[in-house]
Amino acid sequence: MRHWDRVNDRRDDAGQGMTPARVVRAVACLVALPLAGCGTGVLAPRGAVGSAEVMMLVDALAIMLTIVVPTIVATLAFAWWFRASNTRARHLPEWAHSNQVEMVVWFIPLLVILLLSGVIWTGSHAVDPYRPLGSKVPPLEVQVVSLDWKWLFIYPAQGIASVDALTVPAGTPIHFTLTSASVMSAFFVPQLGSMIYTMNGMTDQLSLIADRPGVFAGRSAHFNGDGFADMHFAMTAVPDGDFAAWVARAKAAGGTLDAAAYRGLARQGVLAAPVTYRAVAPTLFADVVAQRIAPAAGPPLTSPASTVPKHGAPEPGEPRT
Amino acid sequence: MTLFGKLTWSAIPFDSPLPLFASGVAALAIVGVLGWVVATGRFRYLWDEWLTSVDHKRIGVMYTLLALVMLLRGFTDAIMMRTQQALALNAPGYLPPEHYDQVFSSHGTIMIFFVAMPFMIGLMNFVVPLQLGIRDVAFPTLNSVGFWLTATGALLVNLSLGVGEFAKTGWLPYPPLSELAYSPGVGVDYYCWALQISGVGTLLSGINLVTTILKTRAPGMSLLRMPMFCWTSLASNLLIVAAFPVLTATLAMLLLDRYLGFHFFTNEAGGNVMMFMNLIWAWGHPEVYILILPAFGIFSEVIATFSGKPLFGYRSMVVATMVICVLAFMVWLHHFFTMGAGANVNAVFGIMTTIIAVPTGVKVFNWLFTLYGGRIRYEPPLLWAIGFMVTFVIGGMTGVLLALPPVDFLLHNSLFLVAHFHNVIIGGVLFGGFAGYTYWFPKAFGFRLEPRLGVAAFWFWLVGFYVAFMPLYVLGFLGMTRRMQHYDVPEWQPWLRVAAGGAALIAIGIALLIAQLVVSIRRRDSLCDTTGDPWDGRTLEWATRSPPPAYNFAVLPEVAGEDAYWGMKQSVRDEQHTVYGPIEIPRNSATGIVCAFFATVMGFSLIWHIWWLVIVGFVGAWATFVAFAWRDLADDVLGADEVERLDRVDRPVNA
Amino acid sequence: MSLAAATADDPHALGHGATEDDDGGVPPKRIIVGYGFWIFLVSDIIMFSAFFAAYAVLSGATAGGPSGKQLFELSTTAIETGCLLLSSFTSGLATIGAHAKRQGMFQAAMAATFVLGAAFVAIEVTELSSLVAHGNGPGRSAFLSAFFALVGCHGLHVSLGLLWLLTMMAQAYAKGFRDDIQRRIQCFTLFWHALDIIWVALFTVVYLIGTTA
Ligand code: HEA
Ligand code: HEA
Ligand code: CUA
Ligand SMILES: [Cu+2]
Repeated sequence: MRHWDRVNDRRDDAGQGMTPARVVRAVACLVALPLAGCGTGVLAPRGAVGSAEVMMLVDALAIMLTIVVPTIVATLAFAWWFRASNTRARHLPEWAHSNQVEMVVWFIPLLVILLLSGVIWTGSHAVDPYRPLGSKVPPLEVQVVSLDWKWLFIYPAQGIASVDALTVPAGTPIHFTLTSASVMSAFFVPQLGSMIYTMNGMTDQLSLIADRPGVFAGRSAHFNGDGFADMHFAMTAVPDGDFAAWVARAKAAGGTLDAAAYRGLARQGVLAAPVTYRAVAPTLFADVVAQRIAPAAGPPLTSPASTVPKHGAPEPGEPRT
Repeated sequence: MTLFGKLTWSAIPFDSPLPLFASGVAALAIVGVLGWVVATGRFRYLWDEWLTSVDHKRIGVMYTLLALVMLLRGFTDAIMMRTQQALALNAPGYLPPEHYDQVFSSHGTIMIFFVAMPFMIGLMNFVVPLQLGIRDVAFPTLNSVGFWLTATGALLVNLSLGVGEFAKTGWLPYPPLSELAYSPGVGVDYYCWALQISGVGTLLSGINLVTTILKTRAPGMSLLRMPMFCWTSLASNLLIVAAFPVLTATLAMLLLDRYLGFHFFTNEAGGNVMMFMNLIWAWGHPEVYILILPAFGIFSEVIATFSGKPLFGYRSMVVATMVICVLAFMVWLHHFFTMGAGANVNAVFGIMTTIIAVPTGVKVFNWLFTLYGGRIRYEPPLLWAIGFMVTFVIGGMTGVLLALPPVDFLLHNSLFLVAHFHNVIIGGVLFGGFAGYTYWFPKAFGFRLEPRLGVAAFWFWLVGFYVAFMPLYVLGFLGMTRRMQHYDVPEWQPWLRVAAGGAALIAIGIALLIAQLVVSIRRRDSLCDTTGDPWDGRTLEWATRSPPPAYNFAVLPEVAGEDAYWGMKQSVRDEQHTVYGPIEIPRNSATGIVCAFFATVMGFSLIWHIWWLVIVGFVGAWATFVAFAWRDLADDVLGADEVERLDRVDRPVNA
Repeated sequence: MSLAAATADDPHALGHGATEDDDGGVPPKRIIVGYGFWIFLVSDIIMFSAFFAAYAVLSGATAGGPSGKQLFELSTTAIETGCLLLSSFTSGLATIGAHAKRQGMFQAAMAATFVLGAAFVAIEVTELSSLVAHGNGPGRSAFLSAFFALVGCHGLHVSLGLLWLLTMMAQAYAKGFRDDIQRRIQCFTLFWHALDIIWVALFTVVYLIGTTA
């Protein structure tokens, strides 16, 4: 990907003296990056998509700070200097118009926006979620179904599935196809980049990659009901070789995910611990998307006035893995 | 169907003491105030002078009061969320999910629809006719109806606290979560009917103000001589007229789905969720500019007045305002970049969004140059304005960041987003509201607000805002999603605790504002303003006495330029030759409040499926209008001599 | 007037901006009311366009159910259209009667308008309820939801218009042609014409295109 190459170039030539642009970017980093060290957020990307997006974030922030910081400083400076008690300040009680100033006032933001538009146009295409990642390694296919309130991951090629835990090989692009069993959710692994909505009866696509092995928190980024806060999962990127071993282990244990098991899973509630399935009905995902399996039900109406919590949710304090 | 539809005793949340207690206290307070009013014989006064008033100034004050009371309610919700999240690391906290979900939903709904909207509409109502140099808005009775329908909406939302439940679907109820299948309770119905009813009110006031500004101005007040606040009000109300019908239609579709089994947005039978998102944001994005544009106008007035200079680049400002007004309708998709619409679509909407930074930037710079060369007086309204300029620019910048689709892919629905919009709403709309409130208070009541408490309140608000919301930017970067009742990431907690501290600082700011009001009322004699022009103002509202007479101006002012009143002050006026004429004053009317009563009945019974009562409510509202239409006397006429006599009393020493 | 010139002869920069055609003043009430009502109509049309948009989006979402082609009867809707167009004409006559302060003409024309409008509603209700009776109600598919909502919203407007019409008849009868009543009659006719225009759009989009395309 072009943009990602640029990202890497930039890292390589980081030492080549301080151009003004570089100074500003350094300032932007100062504003944004103390947080990167914390290691779990979007500013600590662990994959090419996330890195590219963070770089665009920093670039845009830098571009804007060049105008926003002077604006703030000028506001404070003018407000201070022209205070009524300061008799040394120029007094221009009738000055309300100047063509030159007007020109500048329109053109400066316009120029900034022109620059940003460039970033937006190239950036939107560079990290278009539908766009396959340029990689020699063929991508791993994963089908994602958001359930109330858990994540189902189906590995069609491997014929296995897991809930609330996603295991992938590091360094291999993952191509997700996503849908929802019921309400809207959003699939999001902050450290890998792009989030995307899941919707019933539709699919979205998304490609992500984890550069190195690691465990990354994932969650639903779109509110979807009472169990929302518990709808998270761990994404584990294992060394390339270990993935086959994980698949083999998954195939040796757990049940089969057919339509009936799926319906049980789709009932509203939160799982106490992740599970894996040794086998999956091959058309399960397609059936959910095509609504051959009906959308999952909501809560039963327990009182005419209000809906009372229905899920056997674990105490939030309980460990889930 | 039973007599009371779905309404049973189980609707009262006896099992959850918190809302029950809160609504009990609220009900007691209302009954108490009413009782006090009646017992002290003030009811007649209240009814005649306020509740049935069609005077735009009184209605403006009532809108503002509604906003301030609802602010307290919205703030209670905010404090609850902040404390819950400060506690809820790997712990359930004290608000179970089904409560927390109602809390953020009602907080957002109340703050947008019943705080920010009435605050802005109230100030526009009060100020615009005065600035235009006319006697009232185009349709005074309609104005009263609009206000009371807004109040009805607020009442219904608050009723849900004690009877039933509120929506648990956020301030914009995305289906299918908000469909009957996933939200079978009455919460979403409360939401929808409250907004439908208050939405009618808002539309009425929008039509009213557009007509007022475009059609009824003092002689000589051409469009390009209108004060900036009138321009931004015009833009804001044009947006209301163009956007609110879309909200009405969208909520109607959701209601049809929920009540009559339609399939607009359901998962089944071909319903289309994405259509809801497009429709709701086609209203929702213009909505945020409906809120901010009047605030921009307030700051324009305040900055010019306290710098002692005309607004810099007036024509640029007008153009910028109208450009924002138009662009407001072309960017809605930025609220769902993450839907997977494709790179071209995202890029186009991203670019359109960032373009709004240009006219907004022009405004900021023009304010800057208005300050330049001025003699700036540091009264509280100006403090709010400076606080705004600094704060809003930051919030605008984070908005532009979110307008980059690749960045939004990381930060959508995160606390970064929450920080962005509080940054622009608090730093923009609310600060603007407070600036306008302190600026025009002496005009409305004839005495100024105590300035030292005002300054203190400002600083607590400003610092509190930064402490409460800057951590949210950080939390967004740390990957924290909005609307989380609890969480399991230890790194988040310190920031959430800081944010809770910030909310506490804001609470002190609120307390100081209330104290300011109380102290000012107590000391109203020493704070009294006899000139009608306490700030050395530039626009026509300062040309009449404070509080203005019911007819605003004994003689409509002749406008000869921008900053009309400033021009008048510069030239010596010849008071001798004033020719007085008779004035028609629209009579008070109970239409608004009675109609709102029936609207409340209708809304409540629709929510609870009490169909016979729905019919009663409808017939009642219709009958009210017919009765109104039947009256023979619409106006009282004040004779020319009477006007002259009153005017001489008003300005005894004027020459 | 150029900006430079304005500042030159107006050093205080306070006078520029005066334009000749539009320099304020308060026009008569009739104008103001008409203007305000126009703005209301615009907002109403915007609301309809949301329903139109929904219809356009959902018109293919038949969920295996019938499409417009299979359901719509052009002949009955043509009669409906005729009723409404004619009623617009009679409501115009009513305005003329009101202007001329001729109670008889006004009442007769309004009555005719009412009959035609009521006929329109009656035909529409019959058509819609027969759809429901055949299992093709709004719950059948998103397409039918959008159809029922669009047509129903228009029908609701017409029905409320009829209520308003009766009120105006009674008022003109009881109070005569006072200025404020004239203004209301003017608004009512505007409203009625607007419903006509919306119906023409609806007829074209839903029925004509729906049965031919
Ligand atoms: C006008 C809009 C507005 C305003 C002013 C505020 C003000 C505040 N909001 Fe806001 N908030 C929203 C609109 C607003 N909010 C919206 C739309 C949402 C999204 C909801 C959703 O998720 O669907 C939201 C969500 C939201 C969240 C949820 C975050 C999450 O999703 O997890 C939180 C968390 O704490 C929060 C906190 C606060 C706080 C602490 C304040 C406080 O800083 C401000 C409180 C201040 C006051 C209330 C002032 C009171 C002043 C007076 C009473 C005046 C005194 C009297 C006189 C002058 C006489 N808000
Ligand atoms: C008063 C309210 C208000 C205002 C004024 C704004 C102003 C802006 N908003 Fe905001 N916004 C909201 C209220 C508001 N917003 C709310 C409530 C939401 C969330 C709703 C929800 O999901 O619940 C939201 C969400 C939101 C999103 C969606 C994010 C997401 O869901 O993921 C986006 C994305 O583009 C966005 C962008 C912007 C932009 C570009 C502006 C611009 O108008 C800002 C322009 C201002 C400036 C840029 C500063 C001044 C300019 C200069 C000093 C010139 C120089 C600067 C540059 C050239 C950069 N906003
Ligand atoms: Cu977009 Cu589903
Ligand atoms: Cu927006």
